[in-house]
Order: sequence, then C-alpha cells, then structure tokens
Amino acid sequence: MGAEPASEPQRYFDHRIRWRPLELAFWFATLLPFWLTPTYLVLASQIAITGLFALSLDLILGYAGIVSLGHAAYFGFGSYTAGLIAKWGWGEPLSGLLIAAAAAGVLGYVTSFIIARFRHLALIMITLGFGLLLAEAANSASWLTGGADGLQGVRMWRLLGIFPFDLYGYAAYSYALAVLVLAFLLARRLINSPFGLALRGIRERAVRMPAIGASSVAHIRMVYTIAATMAGIAGGLLAQTTETVSLETLGFQRSADVLVMLILGGAGRLYGGIIGAIIYLIARDQFSGINPQYWYFWIGLLLIAVVMFLPNGILGGLARLVPPRWSRA
Amino acid sequence: MSSLALATRGLDKRFGSLVVANDVTIELPQGERYALIGPNGAGKTTLINLVTGMLKPDRGRVFLGADEVTSLAPAERVQRGLVRTFQLNTLFPRLSALEAVTLAVCERRGCAGVWWRNLPFYGEAIEEAHAILVSLRLAASCYRPTAELAYGQQRLLEIALALATRPKVLLLDEPAAGVPQAESTELFSVIADLSRAITVLFIEHDVNVVFRFARRIIVMVGGRILVEGTPREIATDRRVRETYLGGAEHA
Amino acid sequence: MLGSAFGVLFDGLAYGMLLFLLAVGLSVTLGMMNFVNLAHCSFAMLGGYVAVGLTNELRWPFLATLPLAFVSAAVVSVPLERVLYRRLYGASELDQCLLTIGIVFVSVATAAYLFGTVQQSVQLPSWLRGSVSFLHHSFGAYRLFLIAVALAVTAILVAALEYTSFGAQVRAAVDNARMARGLGIDVDRVFAITFALGGGLAGLGGALAVEIVGLDHAFAFTFLVYVLIVVAVGGLGSIAGSFAAALVLGVSDMAGKYYVPELGAFLIYLVMITLLMWRPAGLFGRR
Repeated sequence: MGAEPASEPQRYFDHRIRWRPLELAFWFATLLPFWLTPTYLVLASQIAITGLFALSLDLILGYAGIVSLGHAAYFGFGSYTAGLIAKWGWGEPLSGLLIAAAAAGVLGYVTSFIIARFRHLALIMITLGFGLLLAEAANSASWLTGGADGLQGVRMWRLLGIFPFDLYGYAAYSYALAVLVLAFLLARRLINSPFGLALRGIRERAVRMPAIGASSVAHIRMVYTIAATMAGIAGGLLAQTTETVSLETLGFQRSADVLVMLILGGAGRLYGGIIGAIIYLIARDQFSGINPQYWYFWIGLLLIAVVMFLPNGILGGLARLVPPRWSRA
Repeated sequence: MSSLALATRGLDKRFGSLVVANDVTIELPQGERYALIGPNGAGKTTLINLVTGMLKPDRGRVFLGADEVTSLAPAERVQRGLVRTFQLNTLFPRLSALEAVTLAVCERRGCAGVWWRNLPFYGEAIEEAHAILVSLRLAASCYRPTAELAYGQQRLLEIALALATRPKVLLLDEPAAGVPQAESTELFSVIADLSRAITVLFIEHDVNVVFRFARRIIVMVGGRILVEGTPREIATDRRVRETYLGGAEHA
Repeated sequence: MLGSAFGVLFDGLAYGMLLFLLAVGLSVTLGMMNFVNLAHCSFAMLGGYVAVGLTNELRWPFLATLPLAFVSAAVVSVPLERVLYRRLYGASELDQCLLTIGIVFVSVATAAYLFGTVQQSVQLPSWLRGSVSFLHHSFGAYRLFLIAVALAVTAILVAALEYTSFGAQVRAAVDNARMARGLGIDVDRVFAITFALGGGLAGLGGALAVEIVGLDHAFAFTFLVYVLIVVAVGGLGSIAGSFAAALVLGVSDMAGKYYVPELGAFLIYLVMITLLMWRPAGLFGRR
C-alpha cells in the first residue's frame, strides 16, 4: 500500500496539511517565556487561555462563517463550572477541567439546534441575546455565582499532585500551554479533515451545500458544539489558574474582545486567534496605565483601520506577501 | 411508473397574484435527454426549484423513480440522485476545483462529517474527484481557486459538482449560459457523452443546441406546459412558433 | 392593583415610543441597504449630549434643543457615511459589524473623555415636570409629551413615505434596491439622505431619552441592544414593525421590572429570542 508513489492529487492534499517550519518555530517560541521572561508567566498563561478561546471562535467564525456576538457564554459557563466544582470541594484541576468542558459542550450542543437554523441578522441577534441572557441569569443567581462580587472560595489542588498554582505562574503557564497545544492539534486535525472542507464549503457558499447533498445544519451543530467545548475549556483554565471567576467572563465585553483579537490576527487561518491574542494582551499590558476608556478608543480606531485596509487581519496581509506555494513539480 | 426517472403531477405555485407554475405535469423516462425551453419568465428555473425542493409547491407532487419525494428536503433528494446545476455559477470561490469536487464526493460517501482524520486518508475519494475533473477536461487547472478559473471552466465545474453526487436525474439550468459559441459546443458534447444511466433535462435558449442534443422538448410559457414533443414536432408547432420560436432564427 | 397595571402600561407605552424613535432610522436603513450599523446609538448619544450641553451650559429652553439634536446628529452622519460606510455596502455582515463596533468604541471613549463618566441630566421647563391628572389617574407630564412627540413624528414619517415622491423612492429602494436602480432611482442618494434622517431621528430620540433613562458615556452600547432587538423583532425596513416591536418591548420590559424584578433584563432577551425563532425575518419582515 505504501510502495506506490502518491498521485498528484494525493500529493496536493498532503502538501496542504504539512507542518510548515514557521509553525514549528512558533510553538518552540512559546516555551521561551520560561527562560526569557519568567516574571511574566502569569500574563503568558492569560495569553494562552485567551488564545484558546479565540481559536474556538475561529472554528465557527473563520471556518464555518457563523458570526457570534455571544461566544463568551460558553467561556463563562466553563469558568463558573470549574470554579464551582473547586469551591464545593473537588479541587483536582484535570478532572475539573474535563467536567467544565463537558458542561460547556452540552450547553453548546443544546443551543446549536437553535443557532444552526438561522443566518444573517437573526443569527447575530440570537447569539447576542443568548450571551446577554446567560450573563443576566448569572447576575441574578448571585447565590450561586457570587453575583457582582464574583465566585469566592475557589481552591485548587496541585496540578498532577505536584505543582501548585502560585503567584509565579509556572504551573499556570505549563498547564495552559499544554492544554492549548492539545486543543490546537485537535483543531488542526479538524480543519484538515473532510469535515473541515465541509465547513469551508458552508462559509464559501452555504446555498450550494444542500445541492451537493450536504446537511449544513448537522455540520454546523457539530462544529458549534466542538467550539463551545473548547471555549468552556479555556474558561475553566482561567478559573483554575486564577482561582476566581467573575461576571465579566460571560459578558459582552469578552465576546467583543475575542472577536477583535481574531479579526486582528486574521480569521480562518488557525493561528489568527492566537496571534491576535498575543498582540492584544501584550499591548494592553503595556498600556495598562491608561484609563480603560482610552484603550477602547484606540481599539476602535484599530478595528476601523483593519476593516478598511486589512480585512484579512495580520496573517492575511502577510499571506499576500508570500507567493502561492503549491506548484506541480 | 417505474420506468420514469422523474415525474411531477400538477405542480402549482404562486406569489401573491403572480402564478409561476400552473398545473405542471411532466414525465421523464429513464436515460432520456429532454430540453426545457420557453421565453424568459416562463417559469423554467422555478420548475427546477420546485422539483428539487428549494421551493415548496402550493399543490402537486414530485416523483423520483417509483418514490414520491414531495416532502423531502433538497439535500435528501440529492442523496437519492435528483441533482441540479445553477444558471448563475454557485461555486465555492476560495476552494480549489479539486477541493470542491472532493467535498461533493465526500458528502456522497458519507465521510464529510469525519473530523478526526486527515483528508489525504481518503485517497479513493480524492481519485474519484480527480477522475471527474479529468473527464471534464478541467484537470489542468484543478488546483487553482475556483474564483481564478475562466468562466467557461466554472460552468464545467458546476457540472462536475453535480456529477460527483452520482445523479440518477440531472437538471441542468442553462449550462452554457454566458459561454461563447465555440466553447458551448464542447460543453454540450460533454453533456451528450454522459452515461445513459443518467437522465438529463436541460434548460437552454439556443435552439440549434436544443434540436441537436435533445430527444424530446418541453415548451413552457407563462408557468404552463404549452406542448411537448420531438424536435421536429416542436419546430413545426404553430403555437410554439407564435409564442417563442417565431423570429428567433439564429444567425 | 388595576391602577398600578394602568400605570405600568402607560410607562411602558412611553418607553416603547422612545425605543421606536431610537430604532426606526436603523430599521429603514438596514432594510434598504442591508447594512448592519451597530453605531446607530452613537448618534442618539450625540443628540443626548447636545441637549444636555445646550440646556445646562447655554441655558437654552429644552424644546429648542430638540431640533438641534436632530440636525447635529444628521449632519455628523453625512461625512461618516461618505468616508466609511459607503465602502462597505457590499461587504460581509461581519465587516460591517466590526467597522461599526469600532465606531461605537471610539464614540464611547470620546464621550468619556469630553464629558466624564457621570450621569447627565437636562433642565426641563416647569410645565414638563410633574404630572397631569385625568380620569382619576395621574400621568407624568414628560411621558405624555414624549408620547405626543413620537406619535407626531410617526405621523410625519408615514405621511412622507406615502405621499411624497421621495417617500415613494425610499419605499421602492427598501423593497428591491436593484430594481429601483433599474427604474432610474438614484438609490445611493436616497440612502444617504435616509441615513442622515435616520441618524437625526436617533439624535432626537437621544435628546428625549435623557430624562427617562439618563445619559452617560456608555449609552451607545447600553441602548444598542434594545434598539437591535426592536429592529430584529419588528422586521427590517418596516416602520409598522418597529412600532409594534417597540411597544411590545417597552411594555414587557416595564412589566417585567415592576412585577418580577428578580428577572431583570432576562425577560427581554427571552422574549426576543422566542420571537426571532418564531419569525426570523421579524414580525413584519420580508427577507
């Protein structure tokens, strides 16, 4: 079976899914903070977590074309689930994370039935409405969530029984990075699978899909559930590494921020969300002295500039500088 | 009934006071080549939309072979072999031709929902897609994004996508629309070469093409079937001449 | 009990009328060009700050600030439409959302910079404060005024749409922009003018809103949600739809806050999602 040389079309697809050297360099670079900037490991873990969240949004936005203004609902749901489990006495991180993932996944699955039926403005509104609904519910249910004060009393046990979550952030960053890498591998596999091709088909021309016998609705439900699970994992990581959960994990601000990051980096390119998260959070950290109002002034201008001049984000702009790679030789 | 590949019974559809389909009953025997002609606005594309399920009829029934498909969703009808192409290119701009046809093949094979395996794993599907593109003489540009293909090639890709679903009944909506004369002959020879296992109905305006490639012709005017017959019968039919062919001599 | 129900109804009516004024411009422009303008409430906010500045700093009478709020919002919308919006008419919904969210961010930050983050208020003339007694009930004078203004504006809008040639062009463009162009209607000009009028109406609504719901730098965001709900539920391009949706929303929000305060804003979102699921194109929508 492996003896005959691959045919040209086979090689075409092999080529498209190959690991590029730049990718490997990128992932190697994610280890550098341990040596180069050990005082910034807490920030690094935040970036990894947010990058994971942005990656989950990319699956539905960049690949399936679903514009969601309420994706933080799943992030926050995962966050509160992980936090509550720890608060109620089970502080083991890995199992807690799995439960948070499952919870967010179930929520995603249930809502996907509604989401998959709509498009255009109705879809945007429903995602927005659902996010606001959940945030409002969390606000009201302060007996459970701690309301505006946030969830108190979250105590995590040691990671793998050995590494404590402390102010230095070694455990936090290692944990977040490891989970990000695993999730990324999964997302990469998904994008390069027949399912990934179907998602891109939905994004490119949703109308054509039924005409080739495809059930877009089933595909959308699947990717939405996966994306919700991933967002829930990111939220759970945040709860566990910071040992706190606040209402803003569910809020519109978080949904809008992750959207900005993804667009900044470039949607539909797998790395866009992570790149966007890196740039956004480092910039925000550097300018943290500024009044948050002014931060959003510049973000607003940036958003306008990106839409007008760099619609495919930074990665899209860079991609245009590089000539197409596949040649028939 | 079972020797009929496709049949409709009394399809009606109106939008307010505009009647787009009026008691439309057609029968397509297995393996035949039928043409559907008529002036603009006669309801030809509407009929295809009704038959494929993209439009719900107010009344009437649709049969694919021996099975009634009136209540089935469009995707389900495609899975059973009732497939159409679009008059305006409805392709995937940023997918390459090979990716697009591979997608259609994967959907047919039922592996399009698999997210845990790489595409190269499905070598058979890829080869099948490539073979279809070769048969339509698109192999040379199959790696380029669809948006970069020439218009005539895109029309061929429309057909390639339809063929990837292994249709039993193929409805071609003006397959040569906008394609210059020289290329359209080639396009139609491709259609003529299609296997006899596929029953073909095509909408077309060029009467020369119609008379050359169709065994029977259905004429629609104002949402109704005016007349149906062989090319000879249609060419000499008085009503057809008055409403459609009269004065439409092609240079 | 019935008395308070009546009171809730009246307050809901007034609130609904306010939402209508804020939303109608967006509904028409969205229906016409399918352009998702999330910055619509920034114009309302501008109108609000104009009214606040004029009554507080320059001691203008409140009524005189209203036309100025309308005009200033309309005027500001023109260069924005020309320079930014026009480029994105055919663009994806996502791009339109992002551009206009960016504009909202900028406007909110600018408002915070210029006016701080405190709640603003307007100086009302004495005859608008207090209440009016009628049929054993007392009605807030300002709310009566608000309802009157909103009804007057609605009447003018409907009359203009029905009886003027410009109105006919607007209706044609909303119904089918491509065909309207084919008929020789300068759809781009019609849109630019409608856009300015819609922005102006938002500005007027913003000025009127200060007394009812207050005004701060985040207004453009806070009210965006309600306006979007009215537009989505009412149906794009439908004035009747916006009117009905605004009323339903206004009354149910008031009723919700009065009778079941623990649910808070929860109810509105639930109502919206349910209505959209039943009718995705809105109550009176077409697409």
